[in-house]
Parts: sequence; structure tokens; C-alpha cells
Amino acid sequence: MTVIGWIQILLYCAIVVALVKPLGGYMTRVFNGERTFLSPILRPVEAGLYWIGGVDEKREQHWLTYTVAMLLFHVGGFLIIYGLMRLQALLPFNPAEQSAVAQDLSFNTAISFITNTNWQNYGGESTLSYLVQMLGLTHQNFLSAATGIALAVALIRGFSRSSMRTIGNFWVDVTRCTLYVLLPICVVYTLFLVWQGIPQTLGAYVDATTLEGAKQTIAVGPVASQVAIKMLGTNGGGFFNANAAHPFENPTALSNFVQMISIFALGAAMTNVFGRMVGNQRQGWAILAVMGVLFISGVAVTYWAEANGTSALSALGLTGGNMEGKEVRFGIVASSLFAVITTAASCGAVNAMHDSFTALGGMIPLINMQLGEIIVGGVGAGLYGMLLFVVLAIFVAGLMVGRTPEYVGKKIEAREVKMAMLAILVLPLMYLGWTAVAVVLPSAVASMANAGPHGFTEVLYAYTSATGNNGSAFGGLTGDTFFYNLTLACSMFVGRFFMIVPAMALAGSLAGKKSIPPSAGTLPTTGGLFVGLVVGVILIIGGLTFFPALALGPIVEHLAMNANTLF
Amino acid sequence: MLRELRPAIIILVLLTLITGLAYPLAMTAIAGVIFPKQAQGSLIEKDGKVVGSALIGQEFKDDKYFHGRPSATSAPDPADSTKTVSAPYNAANSGGSNLGPTSRALNDRVKEDVEKLKAENPSAAVPVDLVTTSGSGLDPDISPEAALFQVPRVAKARNMPEDLVRQMVVMSTEGRLAGLLGEPRVNVLALNLALDRAATK
Repeated sequence: MTVIGWIQILLYCAIVVALVKPLGGYMTRVFNGERTFLSPILRPVEAGLYWIGGVDEKREQHWLTYTVAMLLFHVGGFLIIYGLMRLQALLPFNPAEQSAVAQDLSFNTAISFITNTNWQNYGGESTLSYLVQMLGLTHQNFLSAATGIALAVALIRGFSRSSMRTIGNFWVDVTRCTLYVLLPICVVYTLFLVWQGIPQTLGAYVDATTLEGAKQTIAVGPVASQVAIKMLGTNGGGFFNANAAHPFENPTALSNFVQMISIFALGAAMTNVFGRMVGNQRQGWAILAVMGVLFISGVAVTYWAEANGTSALSALGLTGGNMEGKEVRFGIVASSLFAVITTAASCGAVNAMHDSFTALGGMIPLINMQLGEIIVGGVGAGLYGMLLFVVLAIFVAGLMVGRTPEYVGKKIEAREVKMAMLAILVLPLMYLGWTAVAVVLPSAVASMANAGPHGFTEVLYAYTSATGNNGSAFGGLTGDTFFYNLTLACSMFVGRFFMIVPAMALAGSLAGKKSIPPSAGTLPTTGGLFVGLVVGVILIIGGLTFFPALALGPIVEHLAMNANTLF
Repeated sequence: MLRELRPAIIILVLLTLITGLAYPLAMTAIAGVIFPKQAQGSLIEKDGKVVGSALIGQEFKDDKYFHGRPSATSAPDPADSTKTVSAPYNAANSGGSNLGPTSRALNDRVKEDVEKLKAENPSAAVPVDLVTTSGSGLDPDISPEAALFQVPRVAKARNMPEDLVRQMVVMSTEGRLAGLLGEPRVNVLALNLALDRAATK
């Protein structure tokens, strides 16, 4: 670890925190339906969409209607991607003449993109046409992100409203999020990325003759426009197989730094939206503080582990840390930081290969995802995930002092706690359950690229990433098999919707409750005690759930590495 | 519930067209005008022919060129399309080795490379980036230490004084952005092109 490395990390944190208030303020205006400085241009487009779509923007929805609208929207998105992938050979914008994608891979990819996972069982430049990349993947990058934010806003309305039956209008929330928040940022962001060197062209792959006379085919494409939303929307699905490690997806130290900021920007700002909507910004800062404590701890461990390198490298007299799977322009610090960010948020883009990280360095990304990606988290999804843990922490605190727990003016009762527990328990069921199945199936074991405990970690990581809708991978695992395509899609589906539906039920039940003013017996939820309590609950629940699995994977591998055991 | 069907179809289709077609196509048009070189992939031409991209590494084996890092990229086996064969710096199929810290295959590969490099230049410590594969397999850069390590070999193959070659390495070294972001590095293709230019002068 170096001083300059830590300065980069602290500078990163400072910029993200500085963006929280302005972005939070702007997004609050957008979701309250107020005018913004972009309204003169975008309002006519927005009104036109509602008119053609038959949406009455004044009519709000009950939580069930809101959820059904969201589900219908996803069914449509699924059909579009699946159809495009199966038919890509017949459609335009296919200069590399990619053939139709197989049924199970198309199914997996379609589920992956509507759930904001963007798991890459497909190979990007070797599998997909430009049309699928744009109309299939780029569009769902926008819409799955907008959906996540809309759902978080609906849950916030549950907390901020009193005795109401409705939680907003899904169509209005999604449309406004896409038009006013995601698109304008992406337009500017895309141009920045092209300036840094990311291609943006519909031209065919380029054939170059290298200095030594060999032929090199260089894949290009409309990359920058997709990379912008892939980061901002915490989607993470790469245009290329190597994702953000590819020089065309992340060419410079500056592009890397800005990409890292854009992963956290909207998710962190959502805590401020929460604070503003419930009438006290300090409530938002308290939640951000919980996230910050967990984040910095993770960065410290991964950076330390990667800078130390592996005992195999040290035995050969090599210094400079574990550079296997990392790019020279990012080095140890920017690769470690990126890995922790991308898994704390549900982004899943990678600028280094997590599979080649040291055992402990790779364990932190795994833990981040297993905690439910609540450390900033996916845009929207991170906030509603965190609020579920907050409900639980408040409940535990209430039990300890024997009072009915309350949070931002709402009593937390049996129904709320049941919904929170349902959402929190379904995740480990998926990733531990499917991992257990995979490691006893010989055909699934054959997909592992590494032997020993590392192979087990590859499988555990895959299901954790899918369930958490992250999409990063220990990429050695051959996931493009019938078994993995189907079971991973199942994990992604359950991980997304069995979290969303209870969260929406919670929103509906909270919105219907009266708001009660704080009294002398109310636990203050803006101070250090509350922050410590939530961090504790997250670590205890998380630790109890997945520690045994970690012991079989990264922990035993770390011990084996120190004993110079190779597999 | 049926009332939600119409917006489900129409809003979805319209937003899809806006974000999936209008947005990328508009950005392609604008980027092509403002940053034409980058938008096409930062291609480098020599004598009217494309010799590569400034951002994409390529394979160098000749002693007279600086070598990049090992690359783990592969290509479909021409004999059997279900298998792959090693194809370093395949810019149409990026990827890393994905070998973990306790992998015997990784350890054997690194060990072999270290021994080769030690034989080539016994006087300096082997830089770690010269024996590890990058995440993309297309890393265009090496560390300044990795470039300096190769100076004796290149100078000998080109019959140039070592000091001159070393000077070119120093001139090709890019520092951290604002002294802070990223890592110092040398773009291998740019350095080799500069060497070729110096040789023809």
C-alpha cells in the first residue's frame, strides 16, 4: 500500500460525497414532478409519451398496481431482448455477421438484463451484433436502472406519506427518471468517454497489420454510449468480453476514475433523496454513513491483500503486488478500489479479473454482494435493500428496550418485519442452495477453471453475483452451459423480484399508516448509535448466513496459499 | 390491471426506441464529428496502412522490439470449433487467464517466464507485469521498469547504444495524471514505432 494510493481512495470518496447533495436535490425535484432546468426541452417529449401511452400522470397507483405495472414492463423488456438475440442474423447493424444466439444463452441474457444483473455468459464482441448491443442491451441498461430508482422512490413515499392508499405512478416515475436523470447525464458522459478514447462507430471490425506483420482484427462498435449507462445505471454488462479492463471500454486513468464515480453517484444521491422526502436530510446522511463504514473497511482489506501479492509470486522474487489479471494503467490501487465499488454497488463491471485476485482480496467483493449490495448498492435497489435492514435493526432495538419500534414517524410492526425478513432470507436460499446443487453435479463441477477451494469460490461467486443482480464474475467458470444458464437465470429472477415485491408491500403498508411525531422514547435515527446498530445488524445477519460457505472457499484458500499449497 | 397493458406496451416501445436507437445513433453522429479519431478506435496508420490502435496492445516476439505483457486471449480452434487455442492479443476476443492465487498452472507459467527473463537480463529484478497476464489480454502498456529491463536486448538487436534506447524509454514514459491518478506506464506500440522511426533516419 502506498500514500499516493490512499490519496486516490480518499479523493474518490470526497468527490462522491460532494455530489450527493446537488444530485439528490435535483432527483427529488424530478420525482416530485417539479420543473427542472431541462423541462423546456424535455417536458414536451414527456407529455407526448403520456399522451400516446394513455397515461394519466395525475392518477396514482396502489402498491399492487404499481408492482403489476413494473412486472408487465419487465415481461416486455424480456421479449424484446430474447427476440433480438434469436433473430440477430436477419437484422441490420451486424457487420461482423454474428449468427443467432442459442436459446438457453438468449434466455439467460434476457433475464440478466431485465434484472439489472448483466451477467456475461455471452462474449460481447464475439457473440452480439451492434443492433442487439444498442436496441437490446443499451435500452435495458436504461430501463432496468430507471425501474430500480422508481421502486426506491415508491418505498420512500411509503415512509414519507401518511394514511394514503397510493405510492405514485410507475409509468411517470420510470419516464421521468429516464428522460430527466439518466439520458442527459449519459449524453455528456458519452462524449467525455469518446474524448478519452472509447470508440463510438457503426463501422466493421478493423483489420490491422501489426509491426511484425501479423494480422490483428480489432473489434470496435458503438461502445461509449453503452459504457456510459452501464456505469451510471450500475448495470455492468460489458460491450466486450473483458468489460472495463478492455482498453476500449476504459482507456485511461481518468476514464477509470470517472467511471468509478459514476457507479456510486446516483446510488449515494438516493440517500439524500430519502432524507429530503422524509423531511430531514440527516436521516439520509446517517444511512450514507452506514454505507461508508462498510465500504472503507472493504477497500482497506482488498487493497492490502492485492498489494501484498501471493506467496507464489513472492517465492519467485517478484514484488509489486498481484498483477495477474490487472492492467498496468490502473495498477494495484485502482483495480482494488474498482472491485470493491463494483460489488458494493450492484454494478458488476470489472477493470481487473476478480478470479485472479488473492483469496482475501477476492473475498471482499463476495461479501459485499452477500450482504445484499446495500453499500450504496444498485441505483435504487441499494437504498431499498438498506431500508429493509434498517427496519430490522429498528425492530431489534425496539425488542431490546421493550417499545414498539418506529422509524421516521412510522411504527414498525409485525407485517413490516415479516416483509423485510422475507426479502433478506430469500437471497441466501438462492446462492447457498444452488451452490450446493452445483458442487455435487459432476457436469457443473467440470465448468470450474481452477481446482481446489478456488473452484468452489468460482461457483459460490457466480450464484452470489446472479442473486445479488451484480453480474461480475470469477470469469474462469464456464457459465455458458445449459445447467448454469438456467439456474443462474433463476437466481437473478428470484434475487430481483422476491426482493422487490416484499419491498413494495412494505411501501404500501407504510403509506397507509399515520405519521406519529417523535417522542422522548423514540430512538434517534440520525446519530452514531443508530449507525453502529445498523452496521452491527448487517454484519451479524450476514456473517451468520454465509460464514460457513466463505470458510470452505476463500478462507481455506488463504490458509493453503500461506502454506504454499498449489492445486 | 388491464388499464396498465397499453402503457406497458407503448411506453416500453417508445422508451426503447429513444434509449436503444435514437440515443446511440445520435451519439455516434456527434462523436464522429467532434472526436473522429477516437470514435473510430484511435487507429494508427503507417504508409497508408492500419498498423494497430494506440489503445490496443499487439504481440511482439522479435528481439528488436520491446515486448508487451503475456496475453491470455484465445481464438476458436480452426480444427475443432468447440475448442479454443491460445491466440495472444486477439483483439476480437478479449479476456484474462482467470487463474487464481493457488493455481499450479499459473505458478508454472510465471516460473518459466521468470527463468527466461532472468537468462535474458541477469542484472535487474524481473518486473511483475512482464510475467503476469492482463485482465483484457490487450494491455497496451508496460511499467517503466519492464521497459528498462528490456533495454539491453533491444539495443543489442538494433545495434544501438543502450543509453540512446534508454533515453527513448524515458521519453515514452507517461506519468500519473496530475501526479496522482493511475500508474506510470510505457505504451509498447508507440515506443516501438518511435524506435523504427529512429532507425530509418
